[in-house]
Amino acid sequence: MNKKNSRNLLAVLLIGLMIVGLVGCGAKQDKAPQESAKPVVQDVILATTTSTQDSGLLDVLIPAFEKKTGYKVKTIAVGTGQALAMGEKGEADVLLVHAPDAEKKVVASGAAINRLMVMHNDFIIVGAVDDVAKTKGQTVAAAMEAIAKAQAPFLSRGDKSGTHQMEQKLWKQAGVVPSGSWYQEVGAGMGQTLNIANEKKGYTLTDRATFLAQKKNLALEILVEGDAKLLNIYHVMEVNPEKFAKVNNAGAKAFSAFLVSSEGQALISTFGKDKYGQALFFADAGKTEKDFGL
Amino acid sequence: MDSIFSGLLQALYLLVNGDAEVYEVAILTIKVSGFATLLSVSIGIPVGLWLALKEFPGKRFFLSLINFGMGLPPVVVGLFVSLFLWRYGPLGMLGIMYTVWAMIIAQAVIASPIVAGLSFAALSGLNPKLRLQLLSLGATEWQANWLLIKEAKLGLLAAVMAGFGGVVSEVGASMMVGGNIKGQTRVLTTATVMEVGKGNYDIALAFSFVLLIVVYGIVALLTYMQNSGKRDSV
Repeated sequence: MNKKNSRNLLAVLLIGLMIVGLVGCGAKQDKAPQESAKPVVQDVILATTTSTQDSGLLDVLIPAFEKKTGYKVKTIAVGTGQALAMGEKGEADVLLVHAPDAEKKVVASGAAINRLMVMHNDFIIVGAVDDVAKTKGQTVAAAMEAIAKAQAPFLSRGDKSGTHQMEQKLWKQAGVVPSGSWYQEVGAGMGQTLNIANEKKGYTLTDRATFLAQKKNLALEILVEGDAKLLNIYHVMEVNPEKFAKVNNAGAKAFSAFLVSSEGQALISTFGKDKYGQALFFADAGKTEKDFGL
Repeated sequence: MDSIFSGLLQALYLLVNGDAEVYEVAILTIKVSGFATLLSVSIGIPVGLWLALKEFPGKRFFLSLINFGMGLPPVVVGLFVSLFLWRYGPLGMLGIMYTVWAMIIAQAVIASPIVAGLSFAALSGLNPKLRLQLLSLGATEWQANWLLIKEAKLGLLAAVMAGFGGVVSEVGASMMVGGNIKGQTRVLTTATVMEVGKGNYDIALAFSFVLLIVVYGIVALLTYMQNSGKRDSV
């Protein structure tokens, strides 16, 4: 009995030790880079959209930035709506988002400053190959009207993301109030929404980058593209340190500066060329919305 | 069918080749959920013991709360923990939002009621006279408690397994308070969700299989301990 007891105790102790050891190791690993790095506050919280993560762009940009500056980026990839809300509450340091109208409101409220254009690509309407609503090659407004008329399934992000806000704007411009069982709000990221559209043989509005990155799994094709209304512009903004004293503004400034630097812009404009044969984003540092006639 | 098989192959390939990222994510998963389970055991078992031994007014109400807590939805826990840990939340000065500590706290909150509720069930299953007998044989209070815990080991280890299983498999709270940050708070469940979002089903499946292997490994260890207890009592 005693022998067995001590053996069991030993087992428990061993497991405890293992766990403590693991945690200990982890802590050590965490500390090592902190000592060698330059910045005082290392962590930079980047609130951004799912499209920058799902397309793989951040996997290229963030390591380059971290290596160059010693900052550590905490990427929270959510819809633009949530990313902006995090900025408005001072819970993020820097925002990389794509909903110009909503961004301007946040800047006007004083929550964010130094809004700079980083890049653009475009939105496209994709759908099943058989294209029941006959949208192929039409203008956006005509295509959306046709989808509504045919009551063909349309998958909406439904999450106040940049893509969702663009979609709502386009419905408005087309003069359609989407409702009914054909209009389905999924409340998910772009990648997941494309999967659902694929399964349901529905239409959806997507940014080109996420679509190209996912194309290998999808039986969807591009039906509407090239309309001037479909421009998708990404801006970077710093969360206002005068309003939120706890934000890491030095880190935000550094990240923002990196994105519009020649190095950052080169990474953006070459990203995806090797894999997809075309760039997924077009670098736009220094431009303003006037350059796009907005 | 093909994708399941290729996912399994991919998982084996990543494991055998020691893919650094997969290992990092798997080890972090064990660390976070293991530590959270330890915390929940150190809270849950004493609470379960206390409930099993003491009679007090309102005990049933308290028990109903614990049992309610066993079904606490992880996303709700995640949301509340976020609200507390935000920079401008009541515990914002700790600065632990989007760190493993936030995940450990959220997971411990999820697992503690599970461990407490199942510990209570295991300990109240013992013969109520056992404790009196132990005390009359000269055991101190603490010795008697310890012997009761040992006697209920089978059920208590089941409680630990249920607690661990609950937190290692949850994704909502970890995503919300951890943020799925590469190299920092990315665990197997959040990594799987992200890879599905990216359309990388093979890698998502690989992460899933690694998760299954991790869970099985830990549960097998606990089961072994449980059964060695069984031999004891025979």
